[in-house]
Amino acid sequence: MYKVLYNNKISSNSFEMAIEAPLVIEKAIPGQFVIVMSHEDSERIPLTIYDYDKEKGILYLIYQVVGGSTLELSYVKNELFSVAGPLGNPNEICANINEFKNKRIVYVAGGVGVAPVYPQVKYLKEHGIEVDVIYGARNIDLLLIRDKIEKVAKNMYYVTDDGSFGEKGFVTTVLEKRINDYDICVAIGPVIMMKSVCELTKKYNLQTIVSMNPLMVDGSGMCGACRCEVDGKPKFACIHGPEFDGHKVNFDLALKRMNIYHKEEMDKLFEMEKRLHKEEY
Amino acid sequence: MSDSKVKGRVQEPNVRVNNFNEVELGFNDEEAHLEASRCLNCPKPRCMEGCPVKIQIPKFIKAIKDNDLKLAYEIITESSSLPAVCGRVCPQEKQCEKMCVKGLKGDAISIGSLERYVADVAMKNDYASTAKKESNGKKVAIVGAGPAGLTCAGDLAKNGFSVTIYEVLHKAGGVLTYGIPEFRLPKSIVQKEVESLKKLGVEILTDVPVGNAITIPELQDKYDAVFIGSGAGLPKFMGIDGEDANGVFSANEILTRINLMGAYKSLSKTPIKKAKRAYIIGGGNVAMDAVRCLKRLGIETHLMYRRSEEELPARKMEVEHAKEEGIIFDLLTNPVRILTDDNNNVIGMEVVNMILGEAGEDGRRSVSEDESSKHVVDCDMVVMALGTSPNHEALKNSNIVLTERGLISVENSKTSLDNVYAGGDAVTGAATVILAMEAGKKAANEIINALL
Repeated sequence: MYKVLYNNKISSNSFEMAIEAPLVIEKAIPGQFVIVMSHEDSERIPLTIYDYDKEKGILYLIYQVVGGSTLELSYVKNELFSVAGPLGNPNEICANINEFKNKRIVYVAGGVGVAPVYPQVKYLKEHGIEVDVIYGARNIDLLLIRDKIEKVAKNMYYVTDDGSFGEKGFVTTVLEKRINDYDICVAIGPVIMMKSVCELTKKYNLQTIVSMNPLMVDGSGMCGACRCEVDGKPKFACIHGPEFDGHKVNFDLALKRMNIYHKEEMDKLFEMEKRLHKEEY
Repeated sequence: MSDSKVKGRVQEPNVRVNNFNEVELGFNDEEAHLEASRCLNCPKPRCMEGCPVKIQIPKFIKAIKDNDLKLAYEIITESSSLPAVCGRVCPQEKQCEKMCVKGLKGDAISIGSLERYVADVAMKNDYASTAKKESNGKKVAIVGAGPAGLTCAGDLAKNGFSVTIYEVLHKAGGVLTYGIPEFRLPKSIVQKEVESLKKLGVEILTDVPVGNAITIPELQDKYDAVFIGSGAGLPKFMGIDGEDANGVFSANEILTRINLMGAYKSLSKTPIKKAKRAYIIGGGNVAMDAVRCLKRLGIETHLMYRRSEEELPARKMEVEHAKEEGIIFDLLTNPVRILTDDNNNVIGMEVVNMILGEAGEDGRRSVSEDESSKHVVDCDMVVMALGTSPNHEALKNSNIVLTERGLISVENSKTSLDNVYAGGDAVTGAATVILAMEAGKKAANEIINALL
């Protein structure tokens, strides 16, 4: 059991959670992820590390309620059954700071993808590399942690589909205008967004790193549920990733593979809503 | 005295395909006594030669005959840390029972069933021995809470070591927990065995990915010795077209969802695919476990293996049980490619008949494709049970020496690193529970000799 300090709603469908997990974050480097379980019988949910306080041993996560298991997580108070990590590999830039000191870097975040982007931008700033951030969402309500990301980004560009905040359009609209200013791009967000960014950056030959978030079970390289196709070869996102060279990822396949349990997930969400509703009242 | 063995009771096939309860019900007192009475108590017991952990088999069987089950349990646990597990999942027909003199002319003694009987009685009556030697002040770290790690931990704790196990999953047991299904090895039994280790003072830290959260060199600094029992690794796939379709899984994924996450229960929060017809590719115990699990979910299940029944690597008994349960065996057949619809869902599989050739140097018969026999079968799920390739996650940031196959290189359980030992599937590649236990036991002995 892990002590939960808070689990607060930060937008219509997103939550921020603080957990005491000193061993999990002691060695963590941005880009890595954890797997959490609400209760002993819950599903294992992979979440990229959003923030941490190494001195106090606190791990911070941001997650979006998308199905039954994340809905259940949003009801967790006081104690979390399990949090395993850090899992996967650190972000390549964060892990090899010196090689990237003189590079011009842009981060592209989509929706809740700002959660994994934030710790990388913060870490790079702490290590003397300032980067630009382009952050897009459907509307203003879905733009999260603006005050935090603004503090660590060199230049901050917002974009919303409906123009309710920042520029109107997509992250690619903003990126294309400035694309010649950068040597490397890191794009994290919905698969469809990462796909669009990579189509654009490929055209301009801009190296792009993406973070894949496929279905997972154990997260330690045992089950192969998270396989992605990278450079024509199957890779396990949990131990070979989660970050890959975006120009080599087969996004169309990744999009299709996200639907493996679509029907089962919808049934469960319905079931969980009924169950949690009962508990509450 | 009868020459045929006492048949243990089992759940009837037509009943058990609808539940996940244990298939074999085990001996009752009378049956156990009767079976024990068949043992000749040989002065030179061949059965013991067949036992990897050298249980004093005739001695414990005699204790059953004498109605001293506490003694029988003590005799078994002198050599085995997990008797309730071994009694159920050891391939006895290839080990102790194969060597039994009685088997020459009739039925061998059912040593496995007797071991299980003793362990179950012991659990029910709480015989678990918590006797341990005084602390010797030495600390050992164990990587992985599977059969190798648990055995090593038990032997060390009994000898006064302070033992800490690091496990990446949320539950201890390794393959006993995530792999072997409830109907062969109830999870309550595994957890009781784990509890009895805790009673010996073994500390188990779950949720810790060694290699990331703490590295092997750091464990070397913190502990007097380290044992790595990190398991078999990544599931293999065939590399054929369509293998990344929705509906193609590794057997490990199917088993983990069902056994570790309880996906077979109606209120489970972890889903499992509701397929109509599934093909499980492979012929080992993992393939048998996966196919029998899926059968219990109401799926029409086929086991596809490229050689013939004679070469099936799975235990005979598992094959028999699978057949009784109505699993369809498509032998001498192999997948060529998997067919999908526009949404990447599996809709069928092209397969080819195989021809058996001569035995090669490794003793296995070669196989070749009968090109003219290619045909398509309808299915919406394909499960690959083809073995594993090494996973080096736990070894990150250590320069441990590996073999050509990528396994941890050891000599008398010792790795290339100071005070670091290893055993089980991480050293041998995917093998059996009992061989992993044997390796854990050997390593514990080496550690005891080195440190005391």
